[in-house]
Amino acid sequence: MTAAPPGDRAGGIGAGPPERTAVAAGASTPPAPRTVARRLLRSPTFLVGAAVLVFWIVCAIFGYSIAPYSPTAISYSLHAVNAAPSAAHWFGTDPDGRDVLSRVLVGSRAILQVTPLATLLGTAAGTVLGLVMGYFGGLVDLVLGRLVDAVLALPLVIVAFLLIVALGASTLTLIVVIGAVFTPHIGRTVRSAVLGERELEYVATARLRGERAPYIMFVEILPNVLAPILVEFGVRLGYAVFTVATLSYLGFGIQPPTPDWGVDISANYIGLSSGYWWETLFPALAIASLVVSINLVSDAVEKVLAG
Amino acid sequence: MSSASGAAPPGRPGRHVAGPVEPDALAVEGLQVSYRVGGRDLLALRDVSLRVGPRQAYGLVGESGSGKSTVALAVTRYLARNGRVSGGTISVAGTDVLALRGERLRRLRAETVSMVYQEPGKALNPSIRVGRQLAEVFEIAGARRREALAAAEDALTRVQISDPRRLLERYPHELSGGMLQRVVIAMALASEPSLLILDEPTTALDATVEAEVLDLVSSLREELDTSILFISHNLAVIAKMCDRVGVLYAGELVEEGSASEVFTEPRHPYTVGLLSCIPRRGLRKDHGRLDTIPGFLPAPGSVLAGCIFAPRCGLVEAQCRLSEPPLAELGNYRRSRCYFPGRALEVGSRGAGPGEPAEAPAGRPPVGARAPLLGLRQVSKSFSARHEQLHALVGIDLEIGSGETLGLVGESGSGKTTLARAVLGLSAPDEGSTIELNGVPLAGSAGRRTGDQLAAVQIVFQNPDSALNRRHSVRRILRRALARSAGPRGMDREERLAELIGSVRMEPRQLGLRPAQLSGGLKQRVAIARAFAGEPALVVCDEPTSALDVSVQAAILNLLVELQARRNVSYLFISHDLGVVRYLADRIAVLYLGRLMEVGPAEAVFSGPQHPYTEALLSAVPSLDGQRRGRIRLTGEIPSAASPPSGCVFHTRCPRRLASGICESAEPPLLEVAAGRTMRCHIPLDELAQLQREPPAEAPAVPGASANGSSPL
Amino acid sequence: MASYLVKRLGLAVVTLVLLSMIIFLAGQVLPGDPGRAVLGNFASAQSVRVFDHRIGYDRPFVTQYWSWVSGIVRGNFGISYQYNSPVAPMIFSGLWNSLKLALLALCIIVPLSIGAGVLAALNVGRPLDRIISILGLSGSTVPEFVSGIFVIVIFAVVFKLLPPTADSGAGAGFFTQLDHLVLPAIPLVVEFFGYISRITRATTVEALDSDYVRTAVLKGLRRRTVIRRHVLRNSLLPAITVIASQTGYLIGGLVVIETLFQYPGIGDLIYNAAKNKDFPMLEAGVLAIGVIYLLATLAADLASSLLNPRVRIDATR
Repeated sequence: MTAAPPGDRAGGIGAGPPERTAVAAGASTPPAPRTVARRLLRSPTFLVGAAVLVFWIVCAIFGYSIAPYSPTAISYSLHAVNAAPSAAHWFGTDPDGRDVLSRVLVGSRAILQVTPLATLLGTAAGTVLGLVMGYFGGLVDLVLGRLVDAVLALPLVIVAFLLIVALGASTLTLIVVIGAVFTPHIGRTVRSAVLGERELEYVATARLRGERAPYIMFVEILPNVLAPILVEFGVRLGYAVFTVATLSYLGFGIQPPTPDWGVDISANYIGLSSGYWWETLFPALAIASLVVSINLVSDAVEKVLAG
Repeated sequence: MSSASGAAPPGRPGRHVAGPVEPDALAVEGLQVSYRVGGRDLLALRDVSLRVGPRQAYGLVGESGSGKSTVALAVTRYLARNGRVSGGTISVAGTDVLALRGERLRRLRAETVSMVYQEPGKALNPSIRVGRQLAEVFEIAGARRREALAAAEDALTRVQISDPRRLLERYPHELSGGMLQRVVIAMALASEPSLLILDEPTTALDATVEAEVLDLVSSLREELDTSILFISHNLAVIAKMCDRVGVLYAGELVEEGSASEVFTEPRHPYTVGLLSCIPRRGLRKDHGRLDTIPGFLPAPGSVLAGCIFAPRCGLVEAQCRLSEPPLAELGNYRRSRCYFPGRALEVGSRGAGPGEPAEAPAGRPPVGARAPLLGLRQVSKSFSARHEQLHALVGIDLEIGSGETLGLVGESGSGKTTLARAVLGLSAPDEGSTIELNGVPLAGSAGRRTGDQLAAVQIVFQNPDSALNRRHSVRRILRRALARSAGPRGMDREERLAELIGSVRMEPRQLGLRPAQLSGGLKQRVAIARAFAGEPALVVCDEPTSALDVSVQAAILNLLVELQARRNVSYLFISHDLGVVRYLADRIAVLYLGRLMEVGPAEAVFSGPQHPYTEALLSAVPSLDGQRRGRIRLTGEIPSAASPPSGCVFHTRCPRRLASGICESAEPPLLEVAAGRTMRCHIPLDELAQLQREPPAEAPAVPGASANGSSPL
Repeated sequence: MASYLVKRLGLAVVTLVLLSMIIFLAGQVLPGDPGRAVLGNFASAQSVRVFDHRIGYDRPFVTQYWSWVSGIVRGNFGISYQYNSPVAPMIFSGLWNSLKLALLALCIIVPLSIGAGVLAALNVGRPLDRIISILGLSGSTVPEFVSGIFVIVIFAVVFKLLPPTADSGAGAGFFTQLDHLVLPAIPLVVEFFGYISRITRATTVEALDSDYVRTAVLKGLRRRTVIRRHVLRNSLLPAITVIASQTGYLIGGLVVIETLFQYPGIGDLIYNAAKNKDFPMLEAGVLAIGVIYLLATLAADLASSLLNPRVRIDATR
């Protein structure tokens, strides 16, 4: 008896698509919540992402108590300004003599307030939009579809930018604008998921029971498109951080004096040419780690949901 | 582990090559394959041994999940990424397949083994012309580009394609399924392999096309020195095509022998069960219920101490549960994995066997006398696609009596489903069509029908996976159906729910489950229960058992018969399986290109004389009983509904076409030819009767039925 | 084919009109009184009224929109508030500069990310696949100004290899320009690498898992032939379509990059227009980006319909 090889190679050419066995092969049956949790806890991507994300959430809530110095205390004494990282100031100080570490720690608060709310708003509105477009189809889809296309023709940051310039920057505007800008993106994803579901016979049977459109959309179809919506939420949350950080950097997002990474980078960026790299590098690292952690988590969730 | 089973028995007596003994085309010994799913290794094949001798055709039958395709993929070394051969040996024409690597494996695939599989539409590269793809095979063998193209043309001629040069220039999506499967077969045979593996090669095709492809394979076998491993779930196809047969159950070979013996005198209870749950020729619902195999296939990866079939076996003894029986030699090259091979046939006579009549309501009035429940008058439906009008249904006149089953048959594209959707109100028929329920006209779309009308016409779809909302529990699905159809009057809700689930022979404890937790058969029962929630008068059954295994199909058919008897419901039963239709239907309607060709009492239609199209449909069905009907074959494919042929729409394919030319020029009306029988044919019934007594000569050559078959560009 | 072309163009025009309405609405209507917005809270009511009259704000919305659009059609994009000169020449010179940067970035992005995507697909489920996908994912979600900072710190501040600003001054030679554009191109590459390699990987895996590739392998074709002729032919086309539609977004990324590297492109123009509430400039710039996006998608669609036999046949019928 030979201990024979697997299907040629572990991946790539010369092997078929993975077999899911006859029992599990049903039309994209969602895994049970407990299975999802178990598989997530075994995924290194998820664990790393979640750890970093939790760290920033803790900072957002308790940042002011954790921070070694007051993040807003200004001092213009010669030694306090633009000081390189040292034992006293691990991340150095900025041109106003503020402790960079403290500002990085509390900088997570504003962005973590704005982004989940904006994403939630965009996801809810996008879900409704997608359900309506996908379920009704025809003229409704055509008209709304053109509008969505028109918005999608512009880079997200630019639309947000345009709207905020027009409406004036404030936290509420930021949330509403980012939510509004996300709506067509999420709507498009939901629409294509709904289009797939609409053709399934359970929708036809619901119509044969005399169910009304809202019932069919929200009770019959919605639960079946939750997985792509959840995945989209994760992806969009990452993009929300991206967008808010970018807008703040450009001066149209979170407004000073609220401590914020993007604002700090744009304020201290000039210092780079004088070699004060720590004033921008550490906030930049903070943004990168937050964005990457969100995406690691949502990527892991997507993989697990797909089976 | 079973003993090695000597050499394969002699194959078809053919042109034997003189000289040393040829190695078996395929020898599989103790094969074990597992798939890694969710971190666990699940065994898909356990200890499978089989041999295919030179020029032999070996049939591997099994239901879904039996592992039959895994055998084919293991032999070609194309297992899924998560699959692994965990034991055993495979040798093809004397070469140890599992030891091959790289270049030698490639040579084996190029020269020795070929494979054809289920969906011809996906088997060819969509962005490369057919000719190039076929020529590749010859280029591998060393031919130059131009030689290879010429050889490709020859190969197409060999699979009886009439205009090969034109076909070479086509892209795959321009061809029909039957034509594509011919191309794939031509490609597979191009290298004259020692072993040809056919994995469900005709399952995705219509019966008429299937018959053509099977005929083609049979005739090619005569020409070539190729051994065949034929994999199918369809026992009749295997019986027709193969010398020997192996029966797979849950990854184990449970019985093996010559095809004629296995199917006439099975020696394993599973084989007996499989054979007896198929509605055989002539069996009708008033004769008795169908046999079923109780229980379910064991979950993949489950470990059983004893015989793997023991939990479902009617003959089970203590011994069966303790240790697994070996695949024992029974002599005459027969093997069975059963302790009591001699008693296997007793299974059929136990339990609810034939002879126990279904609960037929006493004194059912004859068909014509029943009050019509549903009346269709001049129902048409056309779609506009691109710049064409597609006439899916043309002037359908049809009635369904109360408590009656009307079987609707026809090839795919004939309009069966469109008719069902029109009746249901899922897509409104054209202006001028009338659909009446109890004499009251129904609105074209379901949204404008009253609640009672909606509840009266319900449907059971083919695929319960998509027909049941996978996020809702069985309780929620049924409760909503009950609430919508009748409201909570009378009995208490829970009580009605329990009664409803009981009526489809399920337990109330199964109410809490989601569809994904149920087997295919149970899911279909839930769908049936939902259809019956509101006391419907008519249930449209659109291929309700086509997605199910035969053993499950029988139980579902029994249930449908039982429900009809108790509730006096009418069925509009759509199926491509004529055996099933014959078992269930009181009357038959035959559709072709959206037109009714023939309507009549089931027995009269089946026993003939029939419309030539019906005749062709019937003779395309391979029969397990080995009785051959007058074999007529349809050539070409169903024409496009956008440009139907002139005169009788069937004349382009009709084997009985009249020489006078009337068939081409005038469309025959749907006339009453006998009591309760209507037919659309220029040939009078008695002449048809005479014609159908003797089989005709070759079907006449059909003008225009060239390589593309359907729509000449 | 012709009818497909006409239909596709028609849709693009409709989208463009809608787009111009959205931009006009955002730029002209939402800010309320443009005179007040531009001149600030301390300006007198009189000067605000004069300003509004000069730009035509006191006319009905439809008239304003019409004169804006008809101006654009004639090549008149309006007069910049901040420079008090026509917008059009500035927009065009900005576009030209941005195009240079975008082209350089694309030249790196396309081969790199397609190669990585195919490599990942050929190694599905192996560590290399995971590494490429995690790197790509991380890169594509980090804002450009953040990766820009990393790049500047590493290459310009610590190692002093390349100049930290993109503008090479007037009349600079090709290589001097290239030198200055390399650093700004890197964040764009980082941004788009993940997305494009992901798409390429997905379409390639789909092709690898297809029945026709199984047919090709079981035919006994050499591995290289299978990949080249059967896998890539079917997987790269959809990937390239996506890439083309992404070039519009690439321009979007320029707003940040050009600000960070002080490069006089379209992004920098838009940013300054926004800072100074120069609405004519802002509207024209955003519209220009939208047009480029629409042209890119249109080109991608047409290219794929020319190359894909299935679409081509359908289109000819």
